[in-house]
Amino acid sequence: MTRIFVPRDALAVSVGADDVAAALREACPDLVIVRNGSRGMAWLEPLVEVETPDGRIGYGPVTKADVPGLLAAGLLHGAAHAKRIGRPEDVPFIARQTRVTFARAGITDPVCLADYRAHGGLVGLTRALGMSQAEIIDDVVKSGLRGRGGAGFPTGIKWKTVQAAQAPQKYIVCNADEGDSGTFADRMVMEGDPFLLIEGMAIAGLAVGATRGYVYLRSEYPHAITAMNQAILGARAENVLGPSLMGSNRAFDMEVRVGAGAYVCGEETSLLDSLEGKRGQVRAKPPLPALSGLFGCPTVVNNVLSLAVIPDVLRPGGAAAYQALGVGRSRGTMPVQLAGNVARGGLFEVPFGITLGELVMDVGGGTATGRPVRAVQVGGPLGAYFPPSLFDTPFDYEAFAARDGLIGHGGIVVFDDSVDMARMARFAMEFCAVESCGKCTPCRIGSTRGVEVIDRIIAGDIGQLRLLEDLCETMKFGSLCALGGFTPYPVMSAVQHFPEDFRPQHAMAAE
Amino acid sequence: MQLVSGSDVSARTVEIIAPFLSLEGPAMPMIHAVQAAFGFVPEASVPVVAQALNLSRAEVHGLVSFYHDFRHEPAGRTVLKLCRAEACQALGADRVAAHAGARLGIGWHQTTPDDAVTLEPVFCLGLCAAAPCGMVNGRTVARLDAARIDAILDECS
Ligand SMILES: Cc1cc2nc3c(=O)[nH]c(=O)nc-3n(C[C@H](O)[C@H](O)[C@H](O)COP(=O)(O)O)c2cc1C
Ligand code: SF4
Ligand code: FES
Repeated sequence: MTRIFVPRDALAVSVGADDVAAALREACPDLVIVRNGSRGMAWLEPLVEVETPDGRIGYGPVTKADVPGLLAAGLLHGAAHAKRIGRPEDVPFIARQTRVTFARAGITDPVCLADYRAHGGLVGLTRALGMSQAEIIDDVVKSGLRGRGGAGFPTGIKWKTVQAAQAPQKYIVCNADEGDSGTFADRMVMEGDPFLLIEGMAIAGLAVGATRGYVYLRSEYPHAITAMNQAILGARAENVLGPSLMGSNRAFDMEVRVGAGAYVCGEETSLLDSLEGKRGQVRAKPPLPALSGLFGCPTVVNNVLSLAVIPDVLRPGGAAAYQALGVGRSRGTMPVQLAGNVARGGLFEVPFGITLGELVMDVGGGTATGRPVRAVQVGGPLGAYFPPSLFDTPFDYEAFAARDGLIGHGGIVVFDDSVDMARMARFAMEFCAVESCGKCTPCRIGSTRGVEVIDRIIAGDIGQLRLLEDLCETMKFGSLCALGGFTPYPVMSAVQHFPEDFRPQHAMAAE
Repeated sequence: MQLVSGSDVSARTVEIIAPFLSLEGPAMPMIHAVQAAFGFVPEASVPVVAQALNLSRAEVHGLVSFYHDFRHEPAGRTVLKLCRAEACQALGADRVAAHAGARLGIGWHQTTPDDAVTLEPVFCLGLCAAAPCGMVNGRTVARLDAARIDAILDECS
């Protein structure tokens, strides 16, 4: 029977994938419809694929109303149609990528463990079960992997600290709070290849001697919550989780915990407090979570993407292959997320080193509105705004830092020339005020003051720019965590690169 | 479900939170479950949760008020959340929100007088490559414009 693929991915579903699947089922009751993950080409969603002797042929974006016409044209045989894109892997957006973390996403049935195995899953975990803790960690160190949650801390070093700590109970906590605007790679892993994250967490457990894990998953991701829970049940049923990992005498199990809409709970210590059942307030460090984390026990806290790359690093030769990709101290690949006003948005995994301009213009195709690109924000709400004159910046932690920017979790939000950068600066301050955990004054009070000061600048009092600068300095150096500490980046980069938007004549024109 | 008396709510809360008592760190799952059952966290649930967790009532109130998802008051029959974050702004989220607000005659965090719709901001749904986005009673929607908002609101009036 012909197999046809209609993504279960949240973005695809949000633009009608469930309706398309229902229409196909009604028209052809015998059809095998696989609800796959997304290939990451957002502009083509819902992207329907049909299995043919020539490989999988894609059609997109497909609406419910397109279904009768597509079937009549010969969809089930991969026939010609205005929405036919050919084989998805031949589309330049996919062909140009180096898919390591996203090797399987979009191809397999995400919650089918047999499919996961058939596509190379569980090789890393199987190998890790035959290795010592030191050997596993050594592979992670050798891979050069740095945490993908934002701070870029070397993952192997973190694991070493937890492994060396003596304690009856240790934990693996996966940070799936993914609160940054313009990011969705964690979501796509959890919806498109959830066993990958499970395998990565199990390997982490083996490496440091932890038998319990939690995925702290934001409530804004209902589809990811469903997929993760389904996959965990499936993994447990086949001893990929549980008291006897893959039939060995080693144990690891995990569960999903759902957040409740607080951005700051992505900060690791706030996340741990939330998991413990408290208000998600940031803890002072030390102690490091690695030594005193969840319920005071040694805890690995890693981002979804950091953990999801582990199975590949642990396959034979995986660490060296991963390390061979990238530039400078940024090794391996980054699943870059192109978002906002971009013609071809979605997920693009590449080795570090590609320039910002290539990503925005060549890969993304410029703006969706067809107007000139004026600004891009890289790294979420705490990341800097860059003008096109900085498009030669290579995607690399150090290169971005050298230009007062950050890569963060790899999101790029594109804006056209209708953007008002004074308003974006105001929004950054407002966001900080809304999401502040309230622990320190520079963040809690400073951000509220910041909104007022920017309002006065917008009203024409340009003298307030000095005050804004001072305020940003205070926030930068007086805040306990990066929410207060980094909000000055989007604010001051807007002032620095787009000064014309802060001048009185502009303010009046915007009235 | 309409529960009138506080004691009904208390008794029901005892049942709702029972499955979570054996968890490590049960507070968040419990409060999520209470809100899922009642649509908000009723005042009469607070002492029940507090006792189960060995916390004071004030501490449970503190939890409920810290997290944006939890509410002390019932919402409208439809909760329309619209994303206000940067990627959605880049494709006109402000205009979409203004249209929804004008049509409903309410602002953020407000409910229409007939209790039909509550309008809430959300900061990113991870659908940022299909902006602007929103959520209608937990169902995500993307590529929003004024016409889609009208269609969504037509369905819930
Ligand atoms: C305000 C704030 C929000 C954060 N949000 C996230 C998040 O959503 N996801 C994430 O993985 N890390 C986030 N982080 C970074 C975490 O604190 C931590 O560095 C990360 O989870 C460590 O994992 P990694 O080493 O694998 O990157 C945030 C940090 C701050 C200060
Ligand atoms: S900087 Fe802001 S969010 Fe971070 S600890 Fe201080 S008050 Fe809390
Ligand atoms: S910014 Fe609106 S969904 Fe991400």
